[in-house]
Amino acid sequence: MAEPVLELDDLTVRFRLKRGELTAVNGVSFCVRRGETFGLVGESGSGKSVTARSIMRLIPEPPGEISRGRIAFEGRNVLDMSDAEMRALRGRRIAMVFQEPMSALNPVFTVCDQISDALRTNLGLSKQEARERVVELLSLVGIPSPRRRLDSYVHEFSGGMRQRVMLAMALSCNPSFLIADEPTTALDVTIQATILELITSMIDRFGMSLIFITHNLGVVAHTCDSIGVMYASHLVELGGKRDIFERPQHPYTVGLLNSIPRLDAQARYLTPIRGSVCNMLDPPVGCKFHPRCAHAMDICRREVPQFREIAPGHHAACHLLDRG
Amino acid sequence: MTTGDALLEVNGLTKHFPLHADIYSKLAGEKAQVLKAVDGIDFRIRKGETLGLVGESGCGKSTTARLVTRLIEPTAGKVSLKGEDMLSYSPSRMKAARKEVQLVFQDPYSSLNPRKTIMQILSRPMELHGLAASWAEKRERVLELLERVGLGLEHVDRYPHEFSGGQRQRIAIARALSVDPELVIGDEPVSALDVSIQAQILNLFRDLQEEFGLTYLFIAHDLSVIRHISDRVAVMYVGKIVEAGPAAALFASPLHPYTKALLAAVPEADPGKAPPKLTLKGEVSTPIDPPPGCRLCGRCPRELPVCAQVEPPLVEVGDDRQVACHNL
Ligand SMILES: Nc1ncnc2c1ncn2[C@@H]1O[C@H](COP(=O)(O)OP(=O)(O)OP(=O)(O)O)[C@@H](O)[C@H]1O
Ligand SMILES: Nc1ncnc2c1ncn2[C@@H]1O[C@H](COP(=O)(O)OP(=O)(O)OP(=O)(O)O)[C@@H](O)[C@H]1O
Ligand code: SF4
Ligand SMILES: [Mg+2]
Ligand SMILES: [Mg+2]
Repeated sequence: MAEPVLELDDLTVRFRLKRGELTAVNGVSFCVRRGETFGLVGESGSGKSVTARSIMRLIPEPPGEISRGRIAFEGRNVLDMSDAEMRALRGRRIAMVFQEPMSALNPVFTVCDQISDALRTNLGLSKQEARERVVELLSLVGIPSPRRRLDSYVHEFSGGMRQRVMLAMALSCNPSFLIADEPTTALDVTIQATILELITSMIDRFGMSLIFITHNLGVVAHTCDSIGVMYASHLVELGGKRDIFERPQHPYTVGLLNSIPRLDAQARYLTPIRGSVCNMLDPPVGCKFHPRCAHAMDICRREVPQFREIAPGHHAACHLLDRG
Repeated sequence: MTTGDALLEVNGLTKHFPLHADIYSKLAGEKAQVLKAVDGIDFRIRKGETLGLVGESGCGKSTTARLVTRLIEPTAGKVSLKGEDMLSYSPSRMKAARKEVQLVFQDPYSSLNPRKTIMQILSRPMELHGLAASWAEKRERVLELLERVGLGLEHVDRYPHEFSGGQRQRIAIARALSVDPELVIGDEPVSALDVSIQAQILNLFRDLQEEFGLTYLFIAHDLSVIRHISDRVAVMYVGKIVEAGPAAALFASPLHPYTKALLAAVPEADPGKAPPKLTLKGEVSTPIDPPPGCRLCGRCPRELPVCAQVEPPLVEVGDDRQVACHNL
């Protein structure tokens, strides 16, 4: 097995808000190995993006605070790094594709300026060299007539094109670690397949590792090696791809897999998990999933279940699994 | 289908954007170029029906949505709502029509005002259209909406940035529903949601349709979502509709090579199933001054010599299906 590149240990992130304190990420631990694709899935609001931003040290402080834990990148805790060390890491070694392109792209810069900025500061390219490299990158991510779109502004790009601009920026400096937060949600399936091929080729060629955050379980099924499932700030299940898809153990994971609309089956209504997301400012005691869980027992309403290994490489946090 | 039962009818709808000439092409003396985002499309949606719109990223789906809601003006073509030409509406009639046609955007980050609370965001459209008189009434309706879209009531006085991407999309859906529209255009309204919430929202769309007879134009990239929600489906490629028909038939036997390519590229949520396949070769076709002929030329596995010369028209092929391809 390849060596671990990124290790999260007990990561806990809090936000102090006017209305109270919110724990967005609660004791999350996992590891990503060199050349591995780690899929992070789960409920919206469960803490996936906050986890990703913590790795990049991009949590706004205040109101946010990484209150516990360790994030080791190639053995060094990024939480101990100076701002200068962080700047050297970000973009060049670890790059991130943000979930909402419009929040990360600058509306007053042209597409070329946005991407070439990183190329010029990180790689020291001249203006003209950077421009040529941008054309290459845009065509790599499937933007048609890239040369003619260089001087467009992002509002003139479609949603999926913006997402690909983000990806082009992230890939521009050949990072060894990529965190991609919903990088293909706005793409049609043919371009999605092209992008996934591109990412896979970077993994093969450069030994890049990847954290892939997505709601698209189809993409996860075909690209990820291991998968973490989050619910309400906790990692509730972690395992190899086949563990999660073929032997899911946590009731939330099971519910998630049952919610997927299938191309072949034609039910008029889908089967979502009943109930709604818990209030993160006042989460339920015990297992946070208990109000929605069909198997909830007394102990579930009292005690937080332990996250433990239930089979080699397969972990879950559920009282059902503690019974024997 | 006669025009009479169409809630929305679109004819020859066209939107061309002139491009900024970059400095290099200006120096080379090239003439200004035109980006044909939507290039003469026709479709109809019956009352109470859902038309699913799919197609390549950048093919003009959002532009179509913005044209139909008149957020932008077409270069050519006609949009009729209940048989009336929307483009000739007076400003006061247009204001009423804005309530009838609601758009849920693709990117909830940029469509929600960061300085307004959820209460303010959801009550504003009601105020604009005179739907709720007192504060108490508004509050009640807003809480009801939050419940409808599966958001806890405690969120009502929070600001958009305090929510996750998926939660924000639910707020955007609640806002569209707040004025009791007739036609809801969803521009990827469920793409940002986890599949469990997505299933809830799709069921909600279904319930609202049955309860209030809502009509939907539903844009999505996830073909299983489109298959699930749509009665009819239209497939776009670079500004054109290349195939349209009843959802079941179109998915069971796709006719156009692009539709076939789309279906082959779907990653199914089962690691045991075949991985997605790319059946189109070559580079993505461009909407900028596209060459004559079919826009799939150069990428199509079924190409004939005529394809590069003559643009295939969208023709009826029976069973309410239309296709634009020379080689059926
Ligand atoms: N800047 C912030 N201020 C306050 N709360 C925040 C902030 N950023 C995130 N949160 C909260 O942290 C929790 C986790 O949010 P996060 O964005 O990580 O969710 P997510 O799992 O990425 O969801 P989605 O799938 O919808 O993108 C949510 O309850 C959210 O409201
Ligand atoms: N204001 C504008 N100025 C110039 N070009 C534009 C403008 N708005 C859209 N376009 C172009 O029109 C084409 C269609 O864009 P549109 O947003 O409609 O695509 P889409 O089908 O919604 O794509 P996606 O699936 O990625 O959201 C794209 O090439 C886009 O760059
Ligand atoms: S018209 Fe010709 S090129 Fe176009 S899709 Fe049909 S067969 Fe392919
Ligand atoms: Mg997120
Ligand atoms: Mg769009």
